[in-house]
Amino acid sequence: MLELVIISALNGVLYGLLLFLMASGLTVVFSMLGVLNFAHAGFYMLGAFFGFQISKWFGFWWALLLAPIIVGLIGAAVERFALRDIHRSGHVAELLFTFGLAYVIEEVVQIIWGKDPVDYRGPPSLDFPAFSIFSTNYPSYKVFMFAVSVAVFVALLVVIKRSRIGLVVQASLTHPQMVAHLGHNVGLVFTLVFGVGIGLAALAGVIAGPILQTQSNMAASLIALLFVIIVVGGLGSLAGAFVASLLIGLIQTFAVSLDGSLASLFGPLSPDAPQFLIRNIWTVTIAQVAPIIPYALLILVLILRPMGLFGTRET
Amino acid sequence: MTELLSSAPISRVVPWPRLRFYAVWAMVAVVLAAFPSVFTSASSLTTFSLVGTAIIFALSYNILLGQTGLLSFGHAVYYGIGAFFAVHSMNLIPQYGLPVPLPFVPLIGGVAGLLLAILTGWISTRRAGTVFSMISLGIAELAVALALILTDFFGGEDGISTNRTKLPAWFGWHFGPQVQVYYLVAFWVFISALAMYALTRTPLGKICNAVRDNPERVQFVGYDPHVVRYLAFCFAGLFAGIAGALAAISFESANFTDLGWVKSGAVIFSTYIGGTSIFVGPIVGAIFFVYLSLSLSDYTSVWQLYFGLLFILVVRYAPGGIGGTLLMHRMPLRVGRLGGILKTYAIAAIPTLMLVAGFVLAVETIVHHTVNANEDPRIKAFGVSFDASSLVTWMIAVVLMLIGYFVGRLTWQGVTRAWDDARTIASERGIPS
Amino acid sequence: MIPAIEVRAVNKSFGNVEIIRNLNLRVERGERHAVIGPNGAGKSTTFNLISGYLAPTSGDVLLNGEVVSGLPPFEINRRGLSRSFQLTNVFARMTVWDNVRCAVLWASGQRYAFWKSMDDLQGVNERTIRILEDIHLAARRDVIAGLLPYAEQRALEIGITVAGGSDVIILDEPTAGMSHAETERAMALIKRLTEERTLVIVEHDMNVVFGLADRISVLVYGEIIASGTPAEIRNNPRVKEAYLGQEAVDA
Repeated sequence: MLELVIISALNGVLYGLLLFLMASGLTVVFSMLGVLNFAHAGFYMLGAFFGFQISKWFGFWWALLLAPIIVGLIGAAVERFALRDIHRSGHVAELLFTFGLAYVIEEVVQIIWGKDPVDYRGPPSLDFPAFSIFSTNYPSYKVFMFAVSVAVFVALLVVIKRSRIGLVVQASLTHPQMVAHLGHNVGLVFTLVFGVGIGLAALAGVIAGPILQTQSNMAASLIALLFVIIVVGGLGSLAGAFVASLLIGLIQTFAVSLDGSLASLFGPLSPDAPQFLIRNIWTVTIAQVAPIIPYALLILVLILRPMGLFGTRET
Repeated sequence: MTELLSSAPISRVVPWPRLRFYAVWAMVAVVLAAFPSVFTSASSLTTFSLVGTAIIFALSYNILLGQTGLLSFGHAVYYGIGAFFAVHSMNLIPQYGLPVPLPFVPLIGGVAGLLLAILTGWISTRRAGTVFSMISLGIAELAVALALILTDFFGGEDGISTNRTKLPAWFGWHFGPQVQVYYLVAFWVFISALAMYALTRTPLGKICNAVRDNPERVQFVGYDPHVVRYLAFCFAGLFAGIAGALAAISFESANFTDLGWVKSGAVIFSTYIGGTSIFVGPIVGAIFFVYLSLSLSDYTSVWQLYFGLLFILVVRYAPGGIGGTLLMHRMPLRVGRLGGILKTYAIAAIPTLMLVAGFVLAVETIVHHTVNANEDPRIKAFGVSFDASSLVTWMIAVVLMLIGYFVGRLTWQGVTRAWDDARTIASERGIPS
Repeated sequence: MIPAIEVRAVNKSFGNVEIIRNLNLRVERGERHAVIGPNGAGKSTTFNLISGYLAPTSGDVLLNGEVVSGLPPFEINRRGLSRSFQLTNVFARMTVWDNVRCAVLWASGQRYAFWKSMDDLQGVNERTIRILEDIHLAARRDVIAGLLPYAEQRALEIGITVAGGSDVIILDEPTAGMSHAETERAMALIKRLTEERTLVIVEHDMNVVFGLADRISVLVYGEIIASGTPAEIRNNPRVKEAYLGQEAVDA
């Protein structure tokens, strides 16, 4: 049991860190540009597939370097050549555009790489157990993922606290209306921030691809989860997004590894209980319920604390 | 205040153009009634059932998107719940011998959609804009996940099936023949469209528009925008439920995909492409979408990609959709410049079609190499055969795209100029554009 | 007699910044009251506090003797207060006709009715026509509001504000950005439309202020430094020093 708890905790934190790599870019872009990028998870998927392709051709380390840069550039181009013009038509049009983009990305990935999962593997040099907990070996690739995620956070933190662009980003998080009145070159800052945000999502894709399944449907369910994270964490709060990412990561991982149901707790329903259409609530396992938990959490937070866990602005 | 109200002489209130209203809807009724006499085949009647269902669904979605400015990513939830309640009632009615004939089943679906909207709407509509969109997606994911868990009600991956002919007959009709189903669907399409049109003409309908345009100002004329959005949400749920029930009657089944992502995406696409700013826009969009999804799949295996790109282009270049774009041309018509503008369109169409043809050729060639790499390289797309392995094909595609792009840019400048001219004339004459 | 508006010891801070300090204001019924002050004095914030757009950090706002601070704007509007905005704030994609109709609806008791046709509501439509004639936009009724020229949008803004028949009207710089001739016309319009009602107005144009107001309050750095008749304000040494003097130097 203890073994399960420790392993699940490690995996949960790791999953949470990956979620935060994506959620951080999403929430910063949302606060600065007012655009909720529906295609954010699509770019994460592109990162994973580019990572797969580049590592097939040149090796994993090149993929780790190149894929986020290429995808980030694509993202910057999308901001510069499409979103900026659509901005005039309002937020609904922007959101619809990124929605269509997410759909197209999925179709393109399906055309190029097919619908089945691709065989994306981490570098052979990391193919050994880092340490073992009781009887379970913990792969060193996961340790490497930890290291990359943490390194990115430290770098992000330094940039946000120390650089001028960081100051603009900070200001935009707390006072989104104010950014519109910033002086010249704000367009370049927007493009840069958008590109970096996309690049971070792609990086998450590159390093998560070998562990999670790299498949053309990996984006569709993820975007809803990211929305939950930024609403639960509180709009415009990076700290909130961080906590919510870890929370969701842990909940998801633990729920999947548990195997209880109401039936296992209270015994099976008596056979003469009414044959009602929703009687299988009784036999559902916690693992089956796992996908619901984030959305239940979303609704709970919206009812009890509409500004999110760490938000200052009401959603 | 009394001073104000009695100061000016009371002008005659312009009468509601009732005659036109009744004439239009009577014509719709006649067309719907006459349709089976013209299109007698069962397949065209089935297609109509699909289109009719899509029309109600798209119109219900436009109560949110076009009328109230709410972009929902989970509208299919209410459609799906309508479908499942319809299927279960079609199973339970004969089982318990209830005296409910089939034409009343859509009402059950509608009430189911309405009740669910009443339940989920209050939190969803607390905020408009992006937050509403995010919550709608969260609720949609929740619904799909629940549907896959509650297998007794939703039937798991397989869904639930039923038999519509087992219900008590309705004036001798058992709804086995396609034409009887057609009339059932047509009746509900007529009633629902009429009701939704009427809704736009009521105080609530007008205030929905006001909330869409300026939720802040609405508060200062006495309305609570949250209540307005909530009521709009409930109506949208009601009609989505009716649409879902009609689909369930047509297919005699319901499946968890009815409330899922693909269905929600389809209604966004069709409503937006049709045009959200006028009432008939979603109707046009629904017909267009069903037609394309039925016909395009015969021509190409990647029609979804083309559809997604089309949607993006509409958002980018024609945000009014088909309906709004057509409506835009009233202004040049009134200043007598429509002919000139249409001529520039005709010129611009040639390089644009070249660009599109080159792009399609390139995509189909790539598709051949990635998806069907081991098959015969002589492929056929949109009725045209070509050799996907030859270099010539690639060159043709590239040349078409290059010429199309550069010449196209010039010709579209001509379109812009023609529009600028028309606008200048319009503003001189004081005609609003 | 109970004043139309009474602001009692209101403070408003944003974070650590105090925008409004111990604000006290009393507007009698039927009075035309102007609030003046240099830029950044907190005039618009004061309006936002009175109309419910913002809630005060401390203190009370009373409308006709009833505490309304903390209520949402629509509740305050239903109790008889209507406001305009400094930046034009109409329903941009709707026609002029529908703009005014929406402003009339609640006051006519239609609430959220979805079972009546707008075109059957004789009372609403007649009242709308009268408002349109009052603001000289009857000929423009079918134009989309967002496409109107600026001065006409301002007129529509005032029309929406008075349409509901509220007893207390507050106008935030109604003549901002208007030419001299347009300002004169707007002033005449405001005077006529607010007869027998209570009017509070924020205005920069001193001609408008002194031509219109029965009483004037001077707001400087979030505090009312003087309140009185135009003559009293003109001769108040603190006002001269803090506001009019500075204005004279600027001019």
